[in-house]
Amino acid sequence: MTVAINCEETGKKLQETIAGSVISAGKADILVDANKLLQVAGYLKNTAGLDFDYLTFVTAVDFLDYMEIVYRLVSLKNNQSLILKTRCFNRENPVVPSVVPVWRAAYYQEREIFDLFGIKFDGHPDLRRLLLWEGFVGHPLRRDYL
Amino acid sequence: MAIRTEPFYLNIGPQHPSTHGVFRLRVTLDGEVVVGLEPIIGYLHRGIEKLVETRTYTQNIPFTDRLDYLSSMTNNLAYCMAVEKVGSIKVPERAEYLRIIFSEIMRISSHMMAVGFFLNDLGAMMTPVLYMWREREKIMDMFEMVCGQRLLYNYMRIGGVSQDLPEAFMPAVKKFLAEMPRYIDEYDQLLAQNEILLARSKGVGILPRDTAIAIGASGPVLRASGVKWDIRKMDPYSIYDRFDFEVPTGDSGDCYDRYWVRMLEIRQSVRILEQAIAQIPQKGPVCADMPQFFRPPKGEAYGYVEAPKGNIGFYVVSDGSIAPYRVHIYPPTLINITALQDMVMGWKVADLIIIFGSIDVVLGEIDR
Amino acid sequence: MTLLDQFQLLLKAANWPDWAVYLTPAVVGILLIIVFILTVVIVFIWWERRLLGRFQIRTGPNRCGPEGIFQPIATAIKILLKEDIVPEKADKLLHFIAPVIVFVPILLIFAVIPISEGAILVDLNVGIIFVIAISSISVIGIFMASWASNNKYSLIAGMRAIAQMVSYELPVVLSLVGVALVAGSFSMIKIVESQTIPYILLQPLGFMIFFLGCLAEMNRCPFDLLEADSEIVAGYHIEYSGMKFAMFYLGEYGIALAYAGVIATLFLGGWQGPLLPPLIWFLIKVFMIFSVIIWMRATLPRLRVDQLMSFAWKFLLPMAVINMLIIAIEVLVGTMQWLMIILNFGFAALLILLWSRLFTLGGGRVEA
Repeated sequence: MTVAINCEETGKKLQETIAGSVISAGKADILVDANKLLQVAGYLKNTAGLDFDYLTFVTAVDFLDYMEIVYRLVSLKNNQSLILKTRCFNRENPVVPSVVPVWRAAYYQEREIFDLFGIKFDGHPDLRRLLLWEGFVGHPLRRDYL
Repeated sequence: MAIRTEPFYLNIGPQHPSTHGVFRLRVTLDGEVVVGLEPIIGYLHRGIEKLVETRTYTQNIPFTDRLDYLSSMTNNLAYCMAVEKVGSIKVPERAEYLRIIFSEIMRISSHMMAVGFFLNDLGAMMTPVLYMWREREKIMDMFEMVCGQRLLYNYMRIGGVSQDLPEAFMPAVKKFLAEMPRYIDEYDQLLAQNEILLARSKGVGILPRDTAIAIGASGPVLRASGVKWDIRKMDPYSIYDRFDFEVPTGDSGDCYDRYWVRMLEIRQSVRILEQAIAQIPQKGPVCADMPQFFRPPKGEAYGYVEAPKGNIGFYVVSDGSIAPYRVHIYPPTLINITALQDMVMGWKVADLIIIFGSIDVVLGEIDR
Repeated sequence: MTLLDQFQLLLKAANWPDWAVYLTPAVVGILLIIVFILTVVIVFIWWERRLLGRFQIRTGPNRCGPEGIFQPIATAIKILLKEDIVPEKADKLLHFIAPVIVFVPILLIFAVIPISEGAILVDLNVGIIFVIAISSISVIGIFMASWASNNKYSLIAGMRAIAQMVSYELPVVLSLVGVALVAGSFSMIKIVESQTIPYILLQPLGFMIFFLGCLAEMNRCPFDLLEADSEIVAGYHIEYSGMKFAMFYLGEYGIALAYAGVIATLFLGGWQGPLLPPLIWFLIKVFMIFSVIIWMRATLPRLRVDQLMSFAWKFLLPMAVINMLIIAIEVLVGTMQWLMIILNFGFAALLILLWSRLFTLGGGRVEA
């Protein structure tokens, strides 16, 4: 069984290691500060006992007030999973650090989110539209796109 | 000494017999050796993730058929499981069994197509494909029997399945299972030790274990690289914990391993099916009691299954209305082609085609 | 004394003018040969499609005429009625003459193939060398077609064509030396007459090398890299349609017929055989060889270009040289024929077993 890791405990640990990184740690997920995302990702991947080496999916959800980026991490070694979230509030020019340096799995998915949500991933090696063509106006998966 | 030539740009696709759909590869060649590659996708983008936001939960099930159209059942299942998780719905026992039976039959069918077309990419004319179609035809007949469709089944429902089995189904599936091992032996006899197949695919397009994990590969591609990770075993969803089966893995992660893992998985699927057919309760409801307009509580859930091509997942966010607020489809084949660049570099055009074929892509899923 | 020579004498006896005595038999002979080729090619096309259907557990064309025998004619009419499309940036002249250059040498080969006792257009005393020389002209046409089409896929096919044809020419020629040594002549008629035991028994290794070399020369599976459907779409004739494509298509079967005829003549005893008339024996042998070719096409995947090359240079060429030496020594010593059969089968088995140990699987990647 892939066990969802105890998020409150992990959140506390994260907060101790990287100060100011965790905004809230709920039952099912950890919400982290976008500025500290890359550090958090590195910590989650490389800490013994966590070993989140396998990123299943990255996606974004547009809540109109803010956009939430969701990462689901799995540790193949310990067979446990974790949902990591981060938010960006700027709709005009949303920027989030890219996790491609940590998990290559995010490569296409971040490009896709950039394409469909317009969220820029700082540090992505090749941030271009993926599904839609160059020159397409707008970002269709935002809730205000009609 | 290698002779250098001017770089030569070749556009493989979107119309090409071996791109399995409308996939485009912009390849830089040095002679016949691939030195650069850029996959260009999106020719089949239908905006399913946007479309589902304006339809009710049940109306969205047909869309999932059209993702990976060679394994519609598992797509249905993953979506329904995600919605059931959001709404905390209990699926009746018999429906669970039906779901497993159909996903495993689907896996056999999808793997057969994958292996057949992999051999086709190798240049074996249409013979392996047509041999595999002989059995796939029987699978199609069984699906037609149960839901009237041969390709896009739309069979699963939130809380169960759409209808119970017809009487003719059980004898048909038992006959199929009795014949199947013999047919798999026949394929192995025809293919597995073929010198040219070995020479073309052994050691070609190696995906190392570390890279496979780093890119988040799943399904046979991950297992061929030696990672024993099958969601059916590691995180048994539905009722997979009741069955006894093995997770085949490869050792080197080359094209041959990916082919061979699929062949072994077909055998395991037959094993699971035999157990499921024996265990299935004879009577019982096949769908939970559902309101006509299903309104799950606010929340979110990720439902995922081990589809034939990898781990397909649906991330469903509900805002309490009759339509999902957001559905993210996690497409395994899109993730699996992330490593295509690493795998083909330095190989020839002919190898590029078979490496791509060994990943087993369906463009409906990549482009959504 | 061939049949045409007799015809010539007959005309001379009837006091025809000198020019007519030479011209009439030649024209009649050429027309007969062309009619023979076209008829057999049409049957070949039908035979291939039906037989391929049987190999691939389907029926094949069976609507047009009894057992679909008129299907090739229907196909021919369809092809002839199609629009002739020339790419805008093609080299128009080369694009136009390339099919002719491919097709004409194939017709020329038939000039020295005895299709029945005495039924040969010219009994050259260098028959074998003529076949080898003429058949290698086609590759120029193929390269012209691939270059003139101004298409990248066909350019790759052209590069492959040159490499493949040049490499396989050598083992083919060397394997024929053995035949000439035993027969003591290059003339096709003499070779057939000297075969009291078919040479396939006397020199099995030579036959195998020649057969595989021929497969490569006629671009048949598993050496069909020039047309490699799954890689370079259709290779050199990707930009051809209508009548020009028909020329390539006919040429493909024409060369299969020509080489089947050459193999039948050199290794299977040509028209010789008990009971049945000579022409029927010749056709039976030709169809047997062609059926084996179809069988290989239906069964085997395609080799990669570097494997193809190494097969020619590292396997076939040394084998052909050794075979030539063995035969030469045996002829010099004056070995009895039954002893030769035993010795050569032993040598063939031993050599193939030992030499194939030198080849390893995998590899072929070029470090960029």
